[in-house]
Amino acid sequence: MTAPPSILPLVLDGLVFAVAGRPLIKSITCRLERGPRTVILGPNGAGKSLLLRLCHGLLTPTAGTVSWAGAAAGGRDAISRAQAMVFQRPVMLRRSVAANIAYPLALRGLGRRDRRHRIAEALEVSGLKRFSDSWARVLSVGEQQKLALARAWALAPQILFLDEPTASLDPAATAKVEEIILAIDARGTKIVMTTHDLHQARRLGDEVVFLHRGRLVERAPADQFFASPQTEEAAAFLAGRLSTKRLKRGSP
Amino acid sequence: MHDLSEALGTAAWLILSLDRDLIEIVSLSLRVSLTAVAVAALIGLPIAGALALSRFFGRTVVLSGLNALMGLPPVVVGLFLYLMFSRSGPLGALGLLFTPTAMIAAQVLLIVPIIAALGRQVIEDLWADLGEQLRSFGARRRQAIGTLLWEGRLALLTVVLAGFGRASAEVGAVMIVGGNIDHVTRVMTTAIALETSKGNLSLAMGLGLVLMTLSLIVNGGAFVLQNAARRRSGG
Repeated sequence: MTAPPSILPLVLDGLVFAVAGRPLIKSITCRLERGPRTVILGPNGAGKSLLLRLCHGLLTPTAGTVSWAGAAAGGRDAISRAQAMVFQRPVMLRRSVAANIAYPLALRGLGRRDRRHRIAEALEVSGLKRFSDSWARVLSVGEQQKLALARAWALAPQILFLDEPTASLDPAATAKVEEIILAIDARGTKIVMTTHDLHQARRLGDEVVFLHRGRLVERAPADQFFASPQTEEAAAFLAGRLSTKRLKRGSP
Repeated sequence: MHDLSEALGTAAWLILSLDRDLIEIVSLSLRVSLTAVAVAALIGLPIAGALALSRFFGRTVVLSGLNALMGLPPVVVGLFLYLMFSRSGPLGALGLLFTPTAMIAAQVLLIVPIIAALGRQVIEDLWADLGEQLRSFGARRRQAIGTLLWEGRLALLTVVLAGFGRASAEVGAVMIVGGNIDHVTRVMTTAIALETSKGNLSLAMGLGLVLMTLSLIVNGGAFVLQNAARRRSGG
């Protein structure tokens, strides 16, 4: 398999997303490079999920741009194919486990032999081999989320967005899901995930992007962020303090 | 009361002895309505999918129009097709008036709105569920519609059956464009209407029983099938 050139880095420039005139993402500018696993942290309603959806192209920005600096001109298809996303609530098709992995591969025009190979690999990595012929929707939520990860593995994307992938899972399933995420990372896929589980962020994050009320408030390597957050908002979040009062901060 | 029980007895006999006229009428009815449902599904389901996934100016108007068409009076559809198919009509040259094909066309017109409108709702609900993931996979709209039709197959079966119910039960349209010609375009509903007005209640009731039994079997069978499939596949 010869890898096509990477579409990364991902460049967000003045990204704004508003619903009914109310801005939910407020002018975010940043650049995500290949390599480090990026964890997006922030309290509920900070805009983490929205930001992922904007990056992945599921939402259209109200203002500003999402661009892929490495992508060749005119390669919209190539850009879409280089990405994958795993949602908080796993979305399963009414088919078997294997067919759920096969579906997006077929959409991307992979031949039968390639598909079979990748499905076998993905089932192996996710530990779902024995469920191969089961109906996906009768699996437990934990197994379904592993399947969603297996599907992402099979797609071999250059970048994988994960929206709180373990929010509704028990510790065992969480551990397995994290293991698969690391396996996907080890294959060279850029990981961008949201979470509000600080332990998970410490385990998985190389760098942290901290959002607060729709703004990118702080960005730092993970150790540094957890050891000495530079902003009041991040410090409050890490300390588990509810910042009910509007915190003072410099104008954007 | 005496008439009724006598008629019931004769009806049962007609059915049990596989009366030739009865068989002929029943099989023509099935042929016409099943063909109509198949054609209407081929037309209506893609319309349902396209409407479910598209947002355009005036969509609400189109949707309410479609919902209104579900209640098309069969006699009006019959009259419209009669005018189209009659010798001097725009499609007169086809020579379709008073043929089973004309009856199929009439039933298709009656049930396409039903399948499109009810199917649209089913697919739209599914899209709310699966849409983000399908878009994330990079599915094009046409691919997404195909996937949703397959994902919604159980619910859409009910929709198609609603169409079959309407097609097999209506009298007005097939009476006008078919003409209820013996051995050619006589179906259960038109035969029942005719035999009743002639006072030949036993044949009318025999046909009525068959019509009722068929629709009960079809709908009951589909319900059982759906339940089994739903339990197996986790809905």
